[in-house]
Amino acid sequence: MEYFVQQLINGLTLGSIYGLIAIGYTMVYGIIGMINFAHGDIYMIGAFVGIIGFIVMAILGITWIPLALLLVLVMAIVFTSVYGWTVERIAYRPLRGSQRLAPLISALGMSIFLQNYVQLLQGARVKPMQPMISGGLQLMDGGVGGFTVGMSYMQIIIILLTVVLMAAFTLLITKTALGRMQRACEQDKLMAALVGVNVDRTISLAFVMGAALAAVAGVMVTLYYGVIDFYIGFLAGLKAFTAAVLGGIGSIAGAMLGGLAIGLIEALWSAYFSVEYKDVAAFSILILVLIFRPSGFLGKPEIEKV
Amino acid sequence: MLNISGVHTFYGAIEALKGVSLEVETGEISTLIGSNGAGKSTLLMTICGSPRARWGKVLFEGRDITKMPTHEIVQLGIAQSPEGRRIFSRMTVYENLQMGAIRNTEDRFERNISRVFELFPRLKERRNQRGGTLSGGEQQMLAVGRALMSEPRMLLLDEPSLGLAPMVVKQIFEVIKQINQDDKVTVFLVEQNAFHALKLAHRGYVMVNGNITMSGTGQELLVNPEVRSAYLEGGH
Ligand SMILES: Nc1ncnc2c1ncn2[C@@H]1O[C@H](COP(=O)(O)OP(=O)(O)O)[C@@H](O)[C@H]1O
Ligand SMILES: [Mg+2]
Repeated sequence: MEYFVQQLINGLTLGSIYGLIAIGYTMVYGIIGMINFAHGDIYMIGAFVGIIGFIVMAILGITWIPLALLLVLVMAIVFTSVYGWTVERIAYRPLRGSQRLAPLISALGMSIFLQNYVQLLQGARVKPMQPMISGGLQLMDGGVGGFTVGMSYMQIIIILLTVVLMAAFTLLITKTALGRMQRACEQDKLMAALVGVNVDRTISLAFVMGAALAAVAGVMVTLYYGVIDFYIGFLAGLKAFTAAVLGGIGSIAGAMLGGLAIGLIEALWSAYFSVEYKDVAAFSILILVLIFRPSGFLGKPEIEKV
Repeated sequence: MLNISGVHTFYGAIEALKGVSLEVETGEISTLIGSNGAGKSTLLMTICGSPRARWGKVLFEGRDITKMPTHEIVQLGIAQSPEGRRIFSRMTVYENLQMGAIRNTEDRFERNISRVFELFPRLKERRNQRGGTLSGGEQQMLAVGRALMSEPRMLLLDEPSLGLAPMVVKQIFEVIKQINQDDKVTVFLVEQNAFHALKLAHRGYVMVNGNITMSGTGQELLVNPEVRSAYLEGGH
């Protein structure tokens, strides 16, 4: 029982990260019907900006952790958003209106480009980072010889931050003019333009918002695992993409749910079956979902009464 | 107010408008009638810049809008209720109306929405219902209401009576008249329902195959034998 609870906590943490990344996939898919395969690498860039940010904070002598964390998050969000915006401008917008395959190939190219770009700038070796936030809470004491359930402060931060961000983001999409413009462009771009929405700018914004959330995920992962490399975006991206599909691609709530599901599946699988095959488990789910329920948990039905 | 001269619009190699010229005078209701496929919807969309005219000019209040992006054109004070209504089906009635006012300031919103609810009390009842679940007539009301939310000086209406029951058609035409007379909105109305449209309009144009073939006051066209035999005989 204690062991299971511990895995739930680990899975929830992991799922938060996947969920944050998955929103970027789902938003871009929702608005332009395209899988942004470079999104995982945007997240990787967020992680790198994070690690550089912490070094900068150390140099500036900002050692109070909450402030350092906040500044690094802001920095990562800003830089990563610029990358997200630029990727859309140079790799996707020129191809808008062409066949479906063209932007997909462009996205794969962009992904490879970003990985090599970071590898050139930062080197291929893994970047370690001193643990900044250590310690945690003991939730259940297993007694002598038993299993003690703990939740590290880092896990608490990740889960809380994710909950807050997702709540804020949901409010933004459902209740604000900006969110309505996003949804309008998702449903009918021509009509959105006819009421005065700048469609190109709204699409850019979808990339920026997705990148901002991925940046937060990147910084969190850097702190959580303490090592990153230029290749982390690939696997995390694929998992987050799986999460988005599982939740129903195009649905923001679905991306959050899907992220949690994938995180939990991965943690529980690692705990009870085999760590080596945890990725296989996650991707088997992708395949099963695609076969049996392509629209995911919360996917929108294809046919709408017009 | 709106001045269209020598406009040619293409879909790929297909020339849908073959040199259209017409004028919509300030304060009037002008109507464009013509059979299916004549190019009426294309003209309304060309005014809004999507698709764009390849040749010719569109002037709105003297300003050349031919090459402007759609979202900028409509911000000049043009609103369209397009062919097929294009309600945001996964948004509520209220959100659809908010979309119509997306470029307006907060303080004008309350005034405009109460006016729309006054014109279409039905929309008020259904304010929290999703657009996609409305009946055809309600969707049409919503499309017109949404267009009015931007407080336009010119309203473009594409076949608002299409597929609606006679009672609803009557109601919609009544509202168009009110919008024009009471709210001083200039109206450009595209219709296949030529009888109602010509009766309502100050000025009318007939489009055949991408060309304007006839024009005159609504009354003149209504009694014109050619118009009568082509668009008015049988039914109505
Ligand atoms: N998106 C489109 N692509 C290609 N051809 C089109 C398109 N829309 C309309 N057309 C063609 O342009 C012509 C005019 O269409 P339209 O403006 O819709 O006529 P109307 O509104 O008078 O019925 C028709 O021949 C139609 O087939
Ligand atoms: Mg038409």
